[in-house]
Amino acid sequence: MEFDFSADQKQLKDQARRFLEAKSSPKAVRAILEGPELYDGALWQGLAEMGFMGTAIPEEYGGLGASYLELCVIAEELGRAVAPVPFASSIFLAAEFLLAAGSEAQKQAYLPKLASGETVGCFALAEGVGAATPKHIQAKVAGGKLSGTKLPVLDGDVADFAIVAAKTGAGNDARSISLFIVDLKGAGVLRETVETIDPTRSQAKISFSGADAELLGVEGEGWSIIERVLDRAAVLTAFEQLGGADRALEMARDYALDRMAFGRPIGSFQAVKHMLADMYVSATLARSNCYYGAWALSTGSSELPEAAATARVSATQAYQHCAKNNIQVHGGMGFTWQFDCHLYYRRSNLLALSLGSLSTWEDKLIERLRAKNAA
Amino acid sequence: MNFDDTPQEAAFRQEVRSWIAANAPKQYEAGLKTSGFGHTALEGVDIIKVSKEWQQKKFDAGWACLHWPKEYGGRGASPIERVIWQQEEGVYAALSSLFIIGHGMCGPTMMAYASEEHKRNYLPPLAAGEHIWCQLFSEPAGGSDLAGLRTKAERDGDGWVVNGQKIWTSGAQHSDYGILITRTDPTVPKHKGLTMFFLDMKSPGIEIRPIKQVNGQSGFNEVYFTDVRIPDSQRLGKVGDGWNVSLTTLMNERLSIGSGMPTGFPELLDFCCSLETDNGAAIDNPAVRSKLATFAVRTSGLKYTAFRSISALSKGEVPGPENSIGKLVAGSAMQEIAMMALDLQAEAGALLSPGQAAASARFQAMLLRSPATRVEGGTDEILRNIIAERVLGLPADIRVDKAVPFNQIPTSGR
Repeated sequence: MEFDFSADQKQLKDQARRFLEAKSSPKAVRAILEGPELYDGALWQGLAEMGFMGTAIPEEYGGLGASYLELCVIAEELGRAVAPVPFASSIFLAAEFLLAAGSEAQKQAYLPKLASGETVGCFALAEGVGAATPKHIQAKVAGGKLSGTKLPVLDGDVADFAIVAAKTGAGNDARSISLFIVDLKGAGVLRETVETIDPTRSQAKISFSGADAELLGVEGEGWSIIERVLDRAAVLTAFEQLGGADRALEMARDYALDRMAFGRPIGSFQAVKHMLADMYVSATLARSNCYYGAWALSTGSSELPEAAATARVSATQAYQHCAKNNIQVHGGMGFTWQFDCHLYYRRSNLLALSLGSLSTWEDKLIERLRAKNAA
Repeated sequence: MNFDDTPQEAAFRQEVRSWIAANAPKQYEAGLKTSGFGHTALEGVDIIKVSKEWQQKKFDAGWACLHWPKEYGGRGASPIERVIWQQEEGVYAALSSLFIIGHGMCGPTMMAYASEEHKRNYLPPLAAGEHIWCQLFSEPAGGSDLAGLRTKAERDGDGWVVNGQKIWTSGAQHSDYGILITRTDPTVPKHKGLTMFFLDMKSPGIEIRPIKQVNGQSGFNEVYFTDVRIPDSQRLGKVGDGWNVSLTTLMNERLSIGSGMPTGFPELLDFCCSLETDNGAAIDNPAVRSKLATFAVRTSGLKYTAFRSISALSKGEVPGPENSIGKLVAGSAMQEIAMMALDLQAEAGALLSPGQAAASARFQAMLLRSPATRVEGGTDEILRNIIAERVLGLPADIRVDKAVPFNQIPTSGR
């Protein structure tokens, strides 16, 4: 049994960590949090030069053609560094949609530019409050023209194009939904940056009024493509969450060792030690579940739906748990803008919602386990 | 990243599988599978006799105590081979519960500290299941604070005389031998005045009283010592070095990995799928689903954490600290799972008879046994301390009694 990353993959991870520690320092993340820029362009350029965006994109489309395991370790490091870049939108989602459902011409047109970082893609699904179900989606495509409003769209103000879920059929079921590629710089697209809990990953409201929309995949199969791609993105995002959880735990541990109160380090009090031990437990369970997801993703296993939901639920819980208790261990200082705890608190809660919220994934997990139990 | 055996591991697994298929006591397979939670019992069968027979059979064929050296009755197998054996033994592993403490803790301690003659005399019958061993550590005043123990051993000629009381001794009533930690010098700080022995459990002056537990069973005992004599040749380690000897024993306790501790989740999932409510199956209820999902990821997290440790063993490496979470997660998960299952049964959740209660009263048995899981072999709180101190590197607790002679430590009664 080798239920672990290989030595080469661990080396890649170290390389990514060193790079991100230098280029995505808390100072750099704060520049995006506090400044007018929507994402860190220099970091994006640097990631492109390292070849990270093209990791799992096949060589014929301009990528490196490495496995998803390599992409998982990069995702973990991006999460650890709370990198303020549209990597997940562009690579975990847009590229995966194209690989899953794109025509040869679409793949040739978009994937090389995604792999090089020259083009940024995103995925536009949600339409306001509530889980994005087929019934919920009102955006419509008729005669190749898209109308409707998507809110919020992660990196929607940064991206060059979006994969958009819209209605093409009558009714409210999954078969009424299709996917489209839409140029966000084209006519009939109005986008505005919206205020969110985590400004280090920009989000937009996008209003479409007769924008050109190019069908991606078969009409009426949009929802099943979404489900498949979200499972893949869920594993990669879970690694991002895992990296953040581990870093939040480390920050809390370091502070508990350093901070003195009542004449001793606060990390010597059992109330604090036990809180940190519980954070370690969550992060460890999440890591093991993420490895399961990575195995399923990289081997194309039929267990991917179960593994993806398992990794996603576990990593969401762990990151939220570690990030909130990191603030708690820091006490009042943890609530200041000056300390970095809130970067992780924000990101943990943002990632808990993107791709569908925790309760949505809990639901998917149990549905999948139930099907297996009945089999 | 894969779950595959190496060719050597696959060959070993095949060998194990064939031997078990040809030799396991299949007549008990069904009974063991449905055996009540928390203790192994087979209707109309002497479980001790059956357990001993299975152990002897394994011993004769070289499948007992895989990790022990051959000269003491083991197989000299690698850690990964031991894991493969555990995975393949499956339901029959329940027949080994009598021997877990002897094989997992007493044997390794004897190997580290007993004389060569004693090792050759005592270890093979222990491996063969001929003898059952127990571990006499905890006391009424020394549980989590084990070094607070008071059972005293005093020099008398070429031996020692023991007086005092142990508690929570699993299987003492069936045991032939035990390892015993005592206080031999109360005038020095508590960790320094301890000495370890092994002894014949049939020695005059030993009285064993079963403890009636919350679940009505009696797996644990109190053991009283009144002027019990132990020859000095049965001392393990130096006089006053008992604390270090006990650490060897306890380290072995935590080495067992298996394939993730059970939480009861598969049974709960099954129950929620089959339980009909006014609004369809229980599993259709969103509140039920949310709780189930949390139990699911805790359970799979344990399973894949064990696989990570097994992978390290497979590469000949020492597993990381990740396995330290096992019992901490499993114990509370099991308790919460039991409570959730009873809640779904509503008023009838209170029923305890397997004939009347849902799922043959499995969840009620879990409810009544799970508090022990959270205490035995290190309480949840001690395990959190261990994770905080040894894994995360946080400072040890401040111990006000550490440098104080034992007989001057304030107590609530001596």
